[in-house]
Amino acid sequence: MMRFGYIIIGISFSLILCSVVSAVERFPPPEFESGYEIPSPTTPHPRQNIYEYIDAVVLLAALSLSSYLVLKKRSRRAIFILMVFSLVYFGFWRKGCVCPIGAAQNIVLSIFDRDYAVPAVIVVFFLLPLVFTLFFGRAFCAAVCPLGAIQDFVLLQPASVPDWLESGLRLFAYLYLGMAVLFAATGSAFIICRYDPFVSFFRLSGNFNILVLGACFLVVGVFIGRPYCRFVCPYGVILRQLSRISKWCVTITPDECVKCRLCEDSCPFGAIRDPTASWPVYEYGKAKKRLAFFIILLPVLIFLGGHLGYSLKTVTSRMHDTVRLAERVYLEETSQVEGTTDASLAFRATGKEVKELYGQASDIRAQFGPAGSLLGGFVGLVIGLKLIGLSLWRQRTDYEPDRASCLACGRCFQYCPREHVRLKQAKEAVSKSQ
Amino acid sequence: MAENNGLATRRHFLKDGLWGACLAFLGGITGFLVSRFRKTKTVWQIDPYKCIACGNCATYCVLEESAVKCVHAYAICGYCRICFGFFGPEPFDINEGAENQLCPTGAIKRTFVEDPYYEYTIDESLCIGCGKCVKGCNTFGNGSLFLQVRHDRCLNCNECSIAAACPSGAHVRVPADKPYILKKVDHSSGRSLPEHDA
Repeated sequence: MMRFGYIIIGISFSLILCSVVSAVERFPPPEFESGYEIPSPTTPHPRQNIYEYIDAVVLLAALSLSSYLVLKKRSRRAIFILMVFSLVYFGFWRKGCVCPIGAAQNIVLSIFDRDYAVPAVIVVFFLLPLVFTLFFGRAFCAAVCPLGAIQDFVLLQPASVPDWLESGLRLFAYLYLGMAVLFAATGSAFIICRYDPFVSFFRLSGNFNILVLGACFLVVGVFIGRPYCRFVCPYGVILRQLSRISKWCVTITPDECVKCRLCEDSCPFGAIRDPTASWPVYEYGKAKKRLAFFIILLPVLIFLGGHLGYSLKTVTSRMHDTVRLAERVYLEETSQVEGTTDASLAFRATGKEVKELYGQASDIRAQFGPAGSLLGGFVGLVIGLKLIGLSLWRQRTDYEPDRASCLACGRCFQYCPREHVRLKQAKEAVSKSQ
Repeated sequence: MAENNGLATRRHFLKDGLWGACLAFLGGITGFLVSRFRKTKTVWQIDPYKCIACGNCATYCVLEESAVKCVHAYAICGYCRICFGFFGPEPFDINEGAENQLCPTGAIKRTFVEDPYYEYTIDESLCIGCGKCVKGCNTFGNGSLFLQVRHDRCLNCNECSIAAACPSGAHVRVPADKPYILKKVDHSSGRSLPEHDA
């Protein structure tokens, strides 16, 4: 009976040997006679969780301080110092990851992928700047974001960008946001992180192409203020819209605008809007017709965008690993290409059926259809709303910063004569009390 | 003037309404995420049972010297005299001479334990994570050498460049309180098992 048992064990042992060739002990571990003890591999720990929570607290403190400096203290110098701190702490010390811009992708992934539970710190990093913007405007962009800070440093010769170019280039940021959400939701890639131009500077190493891209942004940034923030940043797009309805916002003058025009050219980001004295009567009828045309055009743009997004699903779905692998394996199976890639070799080593892979890939590609049409529709909506917004007439009596575009850097404060009066009064009040 | 005031209040009302809606929306997102978040962060790790030792880890890491290093599970090692992770395919001689070694940086140290056993240790300061030894050991030996992300070096990028370039999907996010997927051995069946199975 014992012998029978041994035979069974022997047979099952050899079966296991056949099935998992790579994970087998071809040579049994020796029994040492010299008293040698088998060491175990070391496992150095990752950065402790407590540091992540410290980062979240520092973010909260920096946002609060930034809001105070922008709205209450109104001091460019203090904002600049906080900006330096943020660049050093969130950039060079923390090495950039995870930042609120990239965290948006984790949030999207956790909504669409049930297996991915998002770490609490990432939730905090994503939400805190949004909440602060809803109350105080873009205080995050002003002095907390390390990507904004590094660009603000190199801004030496600000040149103005014409309005039409600014609006046109900004469309890219909306498209980038849409693509980031699409690829994060389908679990394909985190493109915001992959093409982050400045994080390689913070780490002092990285992909060569990305380093070149970052250098280009910095060179352009010498003349065009904060090009990444204005034309590319996908998180900035969300902050723009929230800043439009924020409870408090930056004002150039501390009390009343005397329309002296001194601040007119002070903004390197083109965010200061001139007063518009009266309605342009002679253009009224023409403008009305134009507005009606754009309102009718809006659904057409949405439909066209959606259609384009849907028809691009073969291209967009290639961002997903499984789709790329399936295409490659298909080419190899039908002998359209010679040789193999690491990925196709790895797939064949798993022993999975080719059909199963094709099935998975076509499921994923099918998801890209409706998702792509949503993305296209979103871009169409943005273009349509921009056109409508451009043809609306807004009445302004004072020089004021555009709530969406204002990055709250505080450069314009010094240009306002009323600000100098305020500072003088404050100084006198202090000296009187002493 | 009264008309103008009416317009202003309507605009304010709409704006406040929108503001409240945005705040409620953010609250909603928070609520949703709180229902399914985790306290510990995640870190990147290589599943050694999926890894094919392609060598991308050595080249794609954002660090100049990759955060991925070779790890030796001594308990699985056969302590062979002729180790296929240590010696090149056709060694000139069975000794520690540089010309006989497979490792391009000579990061594996071979020390005599007792006849006929030799111990192989990884010098992590020299290892570049190319996985040449891993391939050799997996193909001809017990598979006791495998690649792991070393967390004293890893920057934990939100999107790992190596993961994006990994051909076998072996780079995965793991909870930070269990940051390694070490190969372990189940002596009763002679199989080495993934940690989560063992």
